[in-house]
Amino acid sequence: MPWMNQKSVVPEFRRETGGRRDRDMGLIPDKARGMIGASDPPMRVEVSRREIIKYSIATEQRLKKFLDGDEAPPMFLFGALRPLVPVNELGPDGIATTSLLPDLPLKRVMAGGTKTRYFCRIKPGDVLVAVRTLSDIYEKRGSKGDLIFLVYTIDVRTETGERVAEEVQTRIVR
Amino acid sequence: MRSIKDIQVGDCLPERRHAPTNVSLFLYNAAIWNAHRIHYDAGYTTEVEKHPAIVVDGPLQGDWLTQAVINWLGDDGDLIEFEYSNRRASYLGETLISGGRIEAVRPADLEAEISVFVKSEAGEIMTPGRATIRSRR
Repeated sequence: MPWMNQKSVVPEFRRETGGRRDRDMGLIPDKARGMIGASDPPMRVEVSRREIIKYSIATEQRLKKFLDGDEAPPMFLFGALRPLVPVNELGPDGIATTSLLPDLPLKRVMAGGTKTRYFCRIKPGDVLVAVRTLSDIYEKRGSKGDLIFLVYTIDVRTETGERVAEEVQTRIVR
Repeated sequence: MRSIKDIQVGDCLPERRHAPTNVSLFLYNAAIWNAHRIHYDAGYTTEVEKHPAIVVDGPLQGDWLTQAVINWLGDDGDLIEFEYSNRRASYLGETLISGGRIEAVRPADLEAEISVFVKSEAGEIMTPGRATIRSRR
């Protein structure tokens, strides 16, 4: 895929979503820090009308184009790009233990938020190629305890390299 | 059809009430292929992860925010940028309200900035966000 050698615009688009970060609190192991910059292999996703309809029903969409599966709602991508792993690779919490989730002293994971730039609409039959990178790890002291933030950037394109979306996702580990 | 000239700073998007159920959360997590037990296993959620109840997915609230914008905008334009942050956890049994407000309009670019929110019935902001739309005309 030639476009993978192109410079991503993600870093200049990225902005911290977790607010002010604290000084090094020593929570993040060196091995985890060493994973910053690592990427999963490109994920190829064929978008089906049925998957769009399932998502649209589950999220109680109101627009007919979504409920009929003619077009995917913007956040359809969040589910469509989740890694598919065997059941025996899920942790006791149900979360995949592989795929850029470093071993950390804190264990409870929650969604933190996303920031996405959309370049085109997604339709059934589209074939997407996504590259997910662990782009940052930092720590903060929250009102209810210490927190570690995992920041992922996801570059989504068509098979021919046209940009579909760029996303920064934050997971909070507490 | 709404043009950028019809959009004014201070305009509010229609609010919508959301009352997720066990069934709707199951369907959502099945649709996004998410097996995290805090969204369906009450015993695990309260005893192991120490939440008071089943957790309403943060990205589901993000989706509600995109809907607040897109349902208001219709086919008059495109959502070109969107962000949200899950500031407080929300739990099964709570009713949440999504909405938004026009914060800036750039007629030359056919663009507008919108602040969006998911709040509790008591008015506490649970998930704030921001969207940029581009109008067709």
